[in-house]
Amino acid sequence: MVESPASAPPETMHVVAKRPEVLADIPFTYCPGCTHGTIHRILAECIDDLGVGNRAVVIAPVGCAVWAYRFFNCDALQAAHGRAPAVATGVKRVHPENVVVTYQGDGDLAAIGAAEIIHAAARGERITCVYVNNAVYGMTQGQMAPTTLLGQKTTTSPLGRDARREGFPLRVCEMLATQDGAAYIERVTVVDPPSIRRAKRAIRRALEVQINDEGFSLVEVLSICPTWWGKPPREAAEWVRTEMVKQYPLGVFRGAGKG
Amino acid sequence: MSSGNVVFMKGNEAASEGAIAGGCRFFFGYPITPQNEIPEYMARHMPEVGGVYLQAESEVAAISMVFGAAAAGARAMTSSSGPGIALMQEGLSYLVGARLPCVVIDMARGGPGLGNIATSQSDYWIATRGAGHGDGRCITLAPASLQELYDLTCEAFDIADRYRHPVMILGEASLGQMMEPVALRPRDRATPPPKPWAVGGIREGRPANLANSLYAQPVDLAVENQKLMDLYEQVERELVRWEETGDDDPEVLVVAFGVVARSCQTAMAHAAQAGVRSRLFRPITVYPFPMARLRKLAERVPQTLVVEASGGQMIDDVQIAVGNRSNVTLMRKLGGLMIYPEDIAARLSEVAGRA
Repeated sequence: MVESPASAPPETMHVVAKRPEVLADIPFTYCPGCTHGTIHRILAECIDDLGVGNRAVVIAPVGCAVWAYRFFNCDALQAAHGRAPAVATGVKRVHPENVVVTYQGDGDLAAIGAAEIIHAAARGERITCVYVNNAVYGMTQGQMAPTTLLGQKTTTSPLGRDARREGFPLRVCEMLATQDGAAYIERVTVVDPPSIRRAKRAIRRALEVQINDEGFSLVEVLSICPTWWGKPPREAAEWVRTEMVKQYPLGVFRGAGKG
Repeated sequence: MSSGNVVFMKGNEAASEGAIAGGCRFFFGYPITPQNEIPEYMARHMPEVGGVYLQAESEVAAISMVFGAAAAGARAMTSSSGPGIALMQEGLSYLVGARLPCVVIDMARGGPGLGNIATSQSDYWIATRGAGHGDGRCITLAPASLQELYDLTCEAFDIADRYRHPVMILGEASLGQMMEPVALRPRDRATPPPKPWAVGGIREGRPANLANSLYAQPVDLAVENQKLMDLYEQVERELVRWEETGDDDPEVLVVAFGVVARSCQTAMAHAAQAGVRSRLFRPITVYPFPMARLRKLAERVPQTLVVEASGGQMIDDVQIAVGNRSNVTLMRKLGGLMIYPEDIAARLSEVAGRA
C-alpha cells in the first residue's frame, strides 16, 4: 500500500510508521550496507518528532554525504571540506530561530575541520553536529583517516596504521567534552536495533539542547564502510562492536543524556 | 561617532564605518597586521547597530562564516591581509560558485610568505585573478584615499547584492594606517534587496533553498559556469571605473592604482615644471579593469609608465590593454618600501627622454 500525505488512510487503519516528512522521497545513493542511510533516517525522524521541519537547516560536508542536501526537505548548504561548523555558525548567528545541523564524516570533521569543530564547541555555538565516524575516507576511496585504528589497512596505510609512522587515532568526543561550551556530547553506533534506538535518542537530545539554547551538541556515530573495509555489512558491524568501541567507547561524555 | 560629519580617522576605521553605513551587520574576522583596527572597530560598533561581530579561529573559518551568513541573506564581511587572503581563497571560490554576495577587505603587506607588515601592492594578482580556484574572479575595487575607501566599501554591499557575487576592496598597509578627513553619511542604509534564494527563517509556503557550488555532471556545471561568464561580461560592461588627471596631450601615460597613484600625481607635477607632459590613468575597478579606455589612450601616447609597489602585477593588465600601441615601462618597488615622488619624477623624465 502506498500512502501519500495528501490522502488519509481509511478509518479502520492507523499509520504507525512512515517516511519522515523531512526525508526526501528519493533513493539514497550510498553503498549497499552503508549506515548513512540509517543515520539520515533517524535524524529526519527526530526533526519531524520535534516539529522543526520548517526551520531545520542541514549543512552537508565534503565526503560521501556531500549530497545529504538532496535527501532532506529543508533549507541546506554544501560547505567546504571541514568548514561546516563555521558555515553553521554564520547561518545561526543570522537566524538563531533555525535548527542548524551539520552532518560530517571523520575526515571532514577530525582532519581538515579539527579547528572548526573545536572552536564551535568552545564557543558553545547553538548548533548540532552529527559526526559519522567510519575510520576511513570513503568518498575518495579508502584512505587513512584521523580515526583509522592502529593496524587497520587502508590505501594510504597499506601495511596497517603504525603508531610510530602514522600516529594514533583521534578521539573527538573525549576532546570536545573538555570544553565548557559543549552542552551535550555522546558517542553511539547504529549496528543493530538497540544501538539504532539509542542513537536516535541521542540525536533527539542533541537537537533539544540546541532548541533549548543550552549550548553546542555533537553525536558521534560509529559507522560501517563495507566497501573500503573490505568486509560484508554483518562482518563490518561486528568489527564496530568488537574493535572500534575499544578505541571509541560508547556513552555520554558531557551533559545529561536520556537513557 | 556622529554621522553627516567630517571626521579625521584612520583608514581601517574608515573602511569599517563605510561597511556599517553600507548595511553590513555581520562581521567575522581574525587579527593580522596591518588591518587589526577593522575587527577592533567592528567589535565595538556592530552591537550599536544590532549587528554581530564574531572573531573566528582563522581566516579559513572567517570566510566560511561569511559563506553561511551570506547564504542566510545577510550583508556580511571579513577583512585580512595577504597571508589571510590566501587562506580565504577556497572559501571565496565557494562563495562565487554558490553565487553569494559578500565584501572582503585586503590591506596588503609585503610578501610572499610572512613577508613583512610594510605597505605593498603585491596582492593585485590574488585579488583580481583570485576567488580561488576555478573560473571565478573577485570584483575588485582599489581606493586611493580614505574618502574613496569609505565610499567604495559602503557601495560594495550594493554591488555584491546586485550581482550576487563577492566584492574585494584592495587596499594596502599605508591606506589602512594613514589618517585623513572623511565625510561620513548617516548609518541609515536602505534595507537590502529581498533575497528569495536565501536559506533560513521559518519556512512557510516556499520551496527549500540550497546554497551549493557542486554540479557533478559536467553538462550541469557548464551551464552554471556560463552564467558566471555572462555575469562577468555584464560586470565588465556596467561597472568599470577609473580616474584621469593631468595633461590632455601627454608624452607619457602614467598608470598606477591606490596610494601609489597619489605619489605619481606629485611626481607628475614636479616633472611638469621641467616641461614633461604626462597624464595619470588610475583604475578604480581593477577587476573589471578599464581595458577599452586605456587602449584608446595608449593609441596616441608613445610611452606608458606603470608604477607599482610590487614586482609588477597590474602591468599584465596594462599590457593586455595597450598591446603594441605604446611602449610600456615598469617602475617597481619591492619589499614594502615606499615609492617616493622624487624617484617617480626622475623615472618619468627618463621615460620622456629628458634624462
